[in-house]
Amino acid sequence: MARAARTAQKGKTMTSEPLTFPFTRTSLFDPPQEILDLRAERPIARVRFADGREGWLATRRSTIREVLADPRFSARQELRNSGFATTLDIPPARPGQFISMDPPDHTRYRHLLAGQFTVRRMRRLAAHIEEIAEEHLDRMAAAEPPVDLVRAYAAPIPALVISDLLGVPRDYRERFTQEIVSMSRIDASPEEKVQAQANVAGYLGELVRRKRAEPADDLLGGLLSDGDLTDEEVTNIGFLLLGGGFDTTANVLGLGVLALLLDPAQIPVITDPETVENAVEELLRYLPIVPGTVRAALEDVEIEGVRVRAGESVMVSIPEGNRDPGRFADPDTLDLTRSAAGHISFGHGVHQCIGQQLARVELRVGFPALFRRFPTLRLAVPPEEVPLRDDMVIYGVRELPVTWSAR
Amino acid sequence: MTRLHVDRERCAGAGMCVLTVPEVFDQDDRDGRVVVRSDTAAADPSAMRDAVTLCPSHALSLRDDP
Ligand code: HEM
Ligand code: SF4
Repeated sequence: MARAARTAQKGKTMTSEPLTFPFTRTSLFDPPQEILDLRAERPIARVRFADGREGWLATRRSTIREVLADPRFSARQELRNSGFATTLDIPPARPGQFISMDPPDHTRYRHLLAGQFTVRRMRRLAAHIEEIAEEHLDRMAAAEPPVDLVRAYAAPIPALVISDLLGVPRDYRERFTQEIVSMSRIDASPEEKVQAQANVAGYLGELVRRKRAEPADDLLGGLLSDGDLTDEEVTNIGFLLLGGGFDTTANVLGLGVLALLLDPAQIPVITDPETVENAVEELLRYLPIVPGTVRAALEDVEIEGVRVRAGESVMVSIPEGNRDPGRFADPDTLDLTRSAAGHISFGHGVHQCIGQQLARVELRVGFPALFRRFPTLRLAVPPEEVPLRDDMVIYGVRELPVTWSAR
Repeated sequence: MTRLHVDRERCAGAGMCVLTVPEVFDQDDRDGRVVVRSDTAAADPSAMRDAVTLCPSHALSLRDDP
């Protein structure tokens, strides 16, 4: 009986059409319906990527962790399908771009950098991040509501924090953050984005050359003096940190504020210093900001009863893994009081986010500061009119019009 | 007795252990790798098990010594 059922299911897997990217989202905070439908049925399923090639989609938390921890699955970008881009041929990682490398190349860079991002060092930044947040809140308070919270708060804070960490000098800081913001602005034209990227890369290169000549006590300066890294490597590392740390954190802030404004009874949990840490973990678990990452099989791998062939890509669906009912009871409900430990929003394995302790501190400062300053904060438009980043890899709100009552 | 084993070569410096059991784990400021700062015998065993399973690079394990 059980055997017949299994064969039937296998038959279905073999014959059914693969799921096709991109998926459609039907609710504000839930992963796409097509993926949700897989949840009970198949922890790893056939999928057709945006570039037309076929591969696999892993949706169960345990399967995802298995893939990300297994050295037979490679992060090299020239081997893996990008999952989202429609381009076929992606060149190997540039020197320093370690997110797309495997050990031992990856390891070398990772250890040069990880010491800069320890829990202890990041906690020391809390006071500085608070200053940045308060500055933006002052500006908001001085403006007439409604304001777009993304532009006024969620986007500039992570951009300024990472600029300061890298050691971008004060006189260039505002200009530089604007360029970072426009690299990922949804309403920018492709030309504008390419231009902004070139500007940021060019400026970073210039900064690295200057810090090589005059040693500086900051992250880039540290990298230049510690290791035997070339200017090109340090520039690319700087670019990677900007790219990884800005959009992600900004969108957790933006979409997180929306989630809380729609369920204001939970706000006191995040403004209470006793419970803020776990509240932030639960927002990280619940909000589908980073849709996933991809690995390529270096050899044939058996996993959950399927054979992934050498060369095939597996996309892991991070938001879906975070809604695993086996790990989190009632997983589709945001509950800031539950224990959210074990979410996979920062990935798993050796590539697990190197900036996660920084992101945590930014979020632990950013959410409470906002709700404390504006206790009457509310949406300025009906929720269904909030424009979403539906067509972007990193999900979130494009704009968040908010208002408050003058005291 | 159960003992903590740490494979510093595998550690990716992600800091999950430091978040999970701060009394026991710390990170080296130079390379971010795990440092065990105190006797683990006094630590809450269930928190220690969490740290082991949450470590992204499987650098931690609890083993029963004969
Ligand atoms: C809430 C905010 C963030 C989220 C959700 C997030 C998510 C992730 C995820 C899922 C990965 C793994 C990618 C993979 O396995 O392919 C990753 C890696 C990475 N993240 Fe983050 N990230 C965040 C914030 C940051 C920040 C603030 C920084 C920089 C300061 C950063 C820099 C990086 C880098 C450099 C990597 C590559 C690590 C490696 O390959 O070893 N991220 N991030
Ligand atoms: S959780 Fe694992 S990888 Fe991260 S610092 Fe601790 S031992 Fe190292």
